Amino acid sequence: MSAILSIEGLTVALPKGADRPHALDDVTLELRAGEILCVVGESGSGKSMTASAILRLLPDNVALTSGRILFEGKDLAAANEAEMRAIRGAGIAMIFQEPMTALNPLRPVGDQIGEMFSIHTDLSSAEIEARTLALLEDVRIPDPRLALRAYPHELSGGQRQRAMIAMALALSPRVLIADEPTTALDVTTQAQILSLIRDLQRRLGTAVLFITHDFGVVAEIADRVAVMQHGVVVEEGEAAAVLNAPQHAYTKALISAVPPLAAPPPRPFSAEAILKLEGISKTYRTGGFLGRNKRVTRAVRDVSLALPRGGTLGIVGESGSGKSTLARCIMRLIKPDTGAIRLDGTDLATQSPAQHRASARRMQMVFQDPYASLNPRRRVGELVAQGPIIHGTPRDTAMARARELFALVGLDPAATDRYPHEFSGGQRQRIGIARALALEPEVLVADEPVSALDVSVQAQVLKLLAKLRERLGLSIILITHDLRVAVQVCDLVAVMKDGEVVESGPIGRVFEAPEHPYTQSLLAAVPGRGFHPAH
Amino acid sequence: MIRFLRDYARSPSAVVGLLLLLLVIGMAVSADWLFPNDPLSLAGRPLQWPGANPRFWLGTDNSGRDIAAQIFHGARVALLIGLVATSIAVVIGIVIGAVAGFYGGWVDDVLMRVTEAFQTLPNFLLLLVLVSVFGSEIATVVVAIGMVSWPAPARLTRAEFLSLRSREFVEACRTLGMRDAQIIFREILPNALPPVIVYASVVMAVAILLESALAFLRLSDPNVSSWGNLIGLGRDVLRVQWYVSAIPGVAILITVLAVSLVGQGLNDALNPRLRGR
Repeated sequence: MSAILSIEGLTVALPKGADRPHALDDVTLELRAGEILCVVGESGSGKSMTASAILRLLPDNVALTSGRILFEGKDLAAANEAEMRAIRGAGIAMIFQEPMTALNPLRPVGDQIGEMFSIHTDLSSAEIEARTLALLEDVRIPDPRLALRAYPHELSGGQRQRAMIAMALALSPRVLIADEPTTALDVTTQAQILSLIRDLQRRLGTAVLFITHDFGVVAEIADRVAVMQHGVVVEEGEAAAVLNAPQHAYTKALISAVPPLAAPPPRPFSAEAILKLEGISKTYRTGGFLGRNKRVTRAVRDVSLALPRGGTLGIVGESGSGKSTLARCIMRLIKPDTGAIRLDGTDLATQSPAQHRASARRMQMVFQDPYASLNPRRRVGELVAQGPIIHGTPRDTAMARARELFALVGLDPAATDRYPHEFSGGQRQRIGIARALALEPEVLVADEPVSALDVSVQAQVLKLLAKLRERLGLSIILITHDLRVAVQVCDLVAVMKDGEVVESGPIGRVFEAPEHPYTQSLLAAVPGRGFHPAH
Repeated sequence: MIRFLRDYARSPSAVVGLLLLLLVIGMAVSADWLFPNDPLSLAGRPLQWPGANPRFWLGTDNSGRDIAAQIFHGARVALLIGLVATSIAVVIGIVIGAVAGFYGGWVDDVLMRVTEAFQTLPNFLLLLVLVSVFGSEIATVVVAIGMVSWPAPARLTRAEFLSLRSREFVEACRTLGMRDAQIIFREILPNALPPVIVYASVVMAVAILLESALAFLRLSDPNVSSWGNLIGLGRDVLRVQWYVSAIPGVAILITVLAVSLVGQGLNDALNPRLRGR
């Protein structure tokens, strides 16, 4: 098959003072008609920059220095702005990661899709509406007539992404660039969108350049794969070949960082529960002045769970399932409406603020976002030593302990007098873990501790958690949306949906023989579940 | 710090503002040395034009006092009013805004209604009331100016706190068992401070203008040589000896301009989104 889009020796220079001279260094790629090419890489690998370079939508301070981008024989690198406008949308269309920010919140979805026709064609408004409706039917939005008039906020994330795809397909482009189109979506929605893209691509013969960081997604959708690292294509080939017999060391490392979905053999842990949740409920009421616009959200409904001493309990669920609210109830950042939280028999839910402060050291939390969870104006050593100092440890002892903790979590003890912004995401998450461990807690609650990190860094942080669990005898509650993360470290798992626990038990049993239909659909939706890399 | 100075120096207007401000500070510092006598004492024949007598290079006012001496000593009063009144306003504003923003709920409702009550009254009218009740000594005037200028910094601090209080690092402090006061003042406040510091320059400029306006109405302390007093005095001879009012007017203009340019420069240098432009 001939190449519809070929990139030859593309080099893009970064501004002076960046961490490397080139965002893309001599990138050569070929997209053939009617295939899906996945470009895979971690953050900073230049994969999104490649997409921007093709459409010539580069930020102002980076410049295309050499190379050619041939689209149907025409060099886009040399095309002028008017020629590019004709190609964007009609020849090459793009889908973005976050459908909420890519759509204009003030205009109905139908108008925004119709705009593609009014810009590029002279169709009458009745024809435009008919075409738009047909497109929405094509992307299988439920009730397309209603969706036509709906504003973006009235649609769910998955429906918004379908609308974006409809918009991208409006002018039957020969090439579709999808930049992490499913990263912001829940796993079941992700599975639907992936199958939609696959199906449309087969039906319309569009060539798709699919950018992702997730090898599970690659296994699901790719015909061919290109792996990028630091702006260089390190490996390219047929999907089956790259996935099953990777040649480059970086590809091997990335693939082995994708954990298998099968649970490891069960670990022994005590039958006695250190933490017991009994009938926890939390309801949010918003608005409702004189009873108008009253909204009641039952975020957590009657949840009862037990965490065995030395064990790890995973709480999994999609966004809006109430898992983070539950974690905050356990930490008493939010006061639950009803229910008891028993730590070794003492009920924490009914404690006074002073008792709460005193018992804080027994239970600590690791947060999701390593960028927001560290105060940017404090040195990291202070951040770690803070907890013990509050609870009466002399400052020098606490700082010495902070340096020991830095060594324990795999950071340089000499780095304690630096500021958070001098560390990478993975290192910051280690600092967050060190801060939580400084008070020598018995229970650690980790809320999505790795979801903001690259896969290879994820694997390191999860290994660290497992190591600390063994060494310090911690009991851990791990909140995650990612079943692959849960299966690596958890002994027990509870699946949450709409604030309720629908299924719980030993992770091996739940993942191999799920009883509840929701658990079954969650497991079925994990991308690349049939793909088992050789370790 | 060096990076901050470099960011600051990038904008020419900010540098001009800083130079003007240094000029005013220089006048205030050198006043005792250049004009050792009381600036309010009689120095010569009244209403001499600037340049007419080499002893009084900015002339004399209608009571025969040296205008140059009053301008230099007046710089001290202006800066004193600016700094003290601004400090009072910012401290009150930060405490009220921080508490309202951090706790939310009914605490926020009560504090914000009080703030709005202060805001709906024109602050110059309120200032007139305070001065006519408590007298027009310079200390009273400064405190009164501070008392009418805090609502805007309070609202700004509250807005910053509302967005910062739900950040994960604040939750982390709570899970460590930290007390609320410590979270508010040691953890959140340093992050909320930059826009408030920038706004303080506006408060300072307004404070200087408020004092001048009071003095123009002859409601400020007549026993200090403030620029406003001189303008008020010049009002009687405005049509012929206009320089008596114009010279202190230019001094006020330069000071207020300097303070606002510095504030704008600080804003640009402290706002990371403008970096790299």
